[in-house]
Amino acid sequence: MSGGGARIAVRVAEVTEVNALIRRIRFVRPDGGPMPAFSGGAHTVVEMDDHGTRRRNPYSLMGDPADTTGYSIAVRRDDAGRGGSLFLHRHVVPGMDMVISHPVNLFALDLRAKKHLMIAGGIGITPFLAQIAQLAALGGRFELHYATRNPALCAYGDELAARYGGRVHLYHDDAGQMIDLPALLAGQPLGTHLYVCGPKGMIRWVRSSAESAGWPRAAVHHEEFLAPPPGKVFDVTLAASGKTITVGTHQSLLEAIEAAGVDAPYLCRGGACGQCETDVLGCDGTIRHNDHWLTEAQKASGQKIMPCVSRFEGRSLVLDR
Amino acid sequence: MAGPDAFGEGIWAKKKPGAQTGAAGMTKTVFPPSIPSRPTYGVLAPRPGPAHLMIADGDGAGAVLDLVGAGDAGMAAGSHLIYLPGPDGTDRTAELAALGLARFHRAPSFAAALPRLRKVLGDAHMGVQIYLAGSEGLIGQAQREVMEAGLPHDAVQTEHRGTTVRRVQCVHCKGITENVATDPFTCGHCGLALFVRDHYSRRIAAFQGVNIDAEDPGLVPPPVEKFR
Repeated sequence: MSGGGARIAVRVAEVTEVNALIRRIRFVRPDGGPMPAFSGGAHTVVEMDDHGTRRRNPYSLMGDPADTTGYSIAVRRDDAGRGGSLFLHRHVVPGMDMVISHPVNLFALDLRAKKHLMIAGGIGITPFLAQIAQLAALGGRFELHYATRNPALCAYGDELAARYGGRVHLYHDDAGQMIDLPALLAGQPLGTHLYVCGPKGMIRWVRSSAESAGWPRAAVHHEEFLAPPPGKVFDVTLAASGKTITVGTHQSLLEAIEAAGVDAPYLCRGGACGQCETDVLGCDGTIRHNDHWLTEAQKASGQKIMPCVSRFEGRSLVLDR
Repeated sequence: MAGPDAFGEGIWAKKKPGAQTGAAGMTKTVFPPSIPSRPTYGVLAPRPGPAHLMIADGDGAGAVLDLVGAGDAGMAAGSHLIYLPGPDGTDRTAELAALGLARFHRAPSFAAALPRLRKVLGDAHMGVQIYLAGSEGLIGQAQREVMEAGLPHDAVQTEHRGTTVRRVQCVHCKGITENVATDPFTCGHCGLALFVRDHYSRRIAAFQGVNIDAEDPGLVPPPVEKFR
């Protein structure tokens, strides 16, 4: 299948336990050749053959974009998740051959900014590691505010603080430390761009605070990959392929389409990029829109669906696929 | 001859932009739909923010008066207005001075206002609301300064009022002619006869003027007053 664009065959070069929840995996080409160039904020989709179940999860590239000898990702173990992170924690070992996608950047730096203000929560630090490396090389002005539960889970916090000093601010929930967001947003010079990556609640908090503080929308950037939510089993007719398929409780619609051997477009697999947008030809029931892509009006029209994260409940759904 | 119709901008339409007179006597212009490059303008509306920076010329005064009138009681105390007479000489300084804004500065020209504008932008913080009103030349040049300060181009509100004369760059010699009223017109720098396109550059803050008789030298249509 080629729905997600060109793939790269890679070998796992290194696996490092960063802390109790996060492990870092480094991929290189088996022939030692260079990886495609990427920019800070880019992600790759890692393909997994999890004992017969095909998984594809997006992970931010955390390495220095100037280093094309390999890609590094940081995976936070989610014991209650669908299994992708558990697979990467339990079954991936150095020397293993895997397949990943070419890099895609949905969270790029706006290099016209005079200053880059970054707010990270937990594993949301990963795209910033690459962005900071990129900015440091360019002499760009940045400031990072990074919140985690406690010092033990503050991945890369000490390294960042040691290297970038006063530009890095660390906050630990267990110590009652909170980012003073109103004061932070009020004191930024004109031309500052704001970037946030972290848990859903943090992203919502930062975006709404920026909006009420008068920040222009185009100066506020965020990245949130949604995991496909589970739901009731449902049937879908793929009109162009002449197939009717069943989507399982813990399977996404996109995964079910792929499992049926139908080539469907995708990039982020997290409801953000818009690549998998599909026309709905018939719908007797309710589409559960879970994406960040379609507008409210498009969702209400019932004529589009994002199969990577959205589901259906009702009698019948017919897609142009 | 490869006429300018090739640009698809309907330039041979001899119609002037439709003008209508508002209730308060201000002139508002409805620009006909054109290519995406051609700037479009809205209506200034108060937005929450710690400070308000307004830059206006000529009849843009009317938009500022409406804006402050629509704002809450505290808006004037957080506002800084830079105002200059319009390209047609319209000067409504007295009405604006009576608004009681925290800061009001009248400049004789955009060039004279520029050092102050750059200083204000350099000292400003994110959250400041920026409003531009008046001629297209003023709006475009002020927007360029705002972009230079690092804000996205669509982070400012704009409202066109009054004169429709254009600021045009000759694509051949790169000279900029202000207050162009006719199409075609003679480049004030190199003397070529220029067709005024709707193709606009935000970076240069000017419409593009293209030689109209390049292929048939001397075959220049009579100038039509399209902007005023």
